[in-house]
This record gives sequence, C-alpha cells and structure tokens, in this order.
Amino acid sequence: MKLRVLYFARLRERFGVAEEALDFAGVTAADLVAQLRSRGDVWAEELAAGRAFRVAVNQDLVALDAPLPEHAEVAIFPPVTGG
Amino acid sequence: MKIVVQSEAFDLGAEVDAMRRGRTDIGAIASFVGLARDYNAGSGVQAMTLEHYPGMTEKALAALVEEAKSRWALLDVTVIHRIGRLLPGDPIVLVAVASQHRGEAFAACEFIMDYLKTRAPFWKKEATPEGERWVDARASDDAAAARWNLP
Repeated sequence: MKLRVLYFARLRERFGVAEEALDFAGVTAADLVAQLRSRGDVWAEELAAGRAFRVAVNQDLVALDAPLPEHAEVAIFPPVTGG
Repeated sequence: MKIVVQSEAFDLGAEVDAMRRGRTDIGAIASFVGLARDYNAGSGVQAMTLEHYPGMTEKALAALVEEAKSRWALLDVTVIHRIGRLLPGDPIVLVAVASQHRGEAFAACEFIMDYLKTRAPFWKKEATPEGERWVDARASDDAAAARWNLP
C-alpha cells in the first residue's frame, strides 16, 4: 500500500528529508519503523530499539502495534517539547 | 473556545478581557503564560525556534481542550501557542480558563499545560554559544501528565 511519511524536528534534520511517499508491505507502525531502519546509517541509529521517538497516524499519536490504513499520513518525530 | 497557533506575540490582559466581555456568569479565570528563558541545561540561550506539525497541532490542542471540558465545568478556554523564532523573555504559550469557581479554573489550566507539554507536536531548538541544539523532552513532564491519568 501507499503511505505518506513525514519527519519532524531532529529526525527531519538527521534523515535529511521532511516528507516521502512510500510503498509499504507490512501491517503495523512497528513494521514501517523496521522497514525504515533497514536503510541503515542514521535510520538504523535514530530508530534503534530503545531510542525515544513517537509515531502519529493521520495526526493522532499511536502505539507501535497500531495498524496502518491505506494512504495513511504517518509522522515520525522526537518526543514533543512545546509549552 | 479559542485555540490559535501563531507567530505573533499575544497579550494576556487582552485575552482575559475578551473572555469576560459581555458576560457576568464567570466567577474565576485562571491563566498561565510560559516564557522563553535565557538559560537551559547548563548554557545560555540566545534564541529559540519552535517547529510544529501543522494540522496535527490544531487537532491535538482541540482534543486536550475537549478532554478538560469533559472533566470540569468550564465556561471558556483560550489556548495560544507561538511558533517560529523567539527571544529570551518572549511569551511562548498562554492558557486561560474561565469557570464559576476557582477550583475548576486552577485544575483545568494546569491539566491543559501538562497535557500540551506531552501531546501537542511542538519542538524547540535553542541557539546557544556552543551552537544550535534540539531541546530534549523531560521525564518530569511525563510524570506531570501521568498524574491526570490521560487516556
């Protein structure tokens, strides 16, 4: 299925990309993270187990076991620091 | 209810006046203003830049105001959060809550700030004498939010 994936803040800078269209063969947010991690380099480093990041699907925060719907807008970002 | 994400400064007095105007049922207004500090995590801060996730930010702020309204009898709520470049002393965020009695206003104001700190997609980047750095999330913010048993 097709996904639109967005990155913010430190992750956007480290990955060098703000947004991409992606073909995704998995089911959950964790599957997407694993697919991105397999790119190696900064992707493997920033998305390694134990690193703090958040995932939102269609602009709602989700747990990593959340399924991704077709054409979802998925965002991956560091823990938020507003206020 | 007023929920705004903007780069411009805001005025607490004007926001509270707008909340009171034309009504006499409000007995209490509690407000909070967060400011940009000149010092953080061991070094001076010359400026900060606030990034956000357009779309999700507004949705998350609306959801936290709705959650507050479901917990307390609130007559009005204003949330304003700034984005872009800010200097030390600049106001960053304003929360004002109106209710019949002070208890609801105090509690809801603190709840909204605790919720915003952990759920609303904003990120701060600080300019320091050592260079730019992204601010790390604080465990104490998670602990503050956890007190409210968020869904």
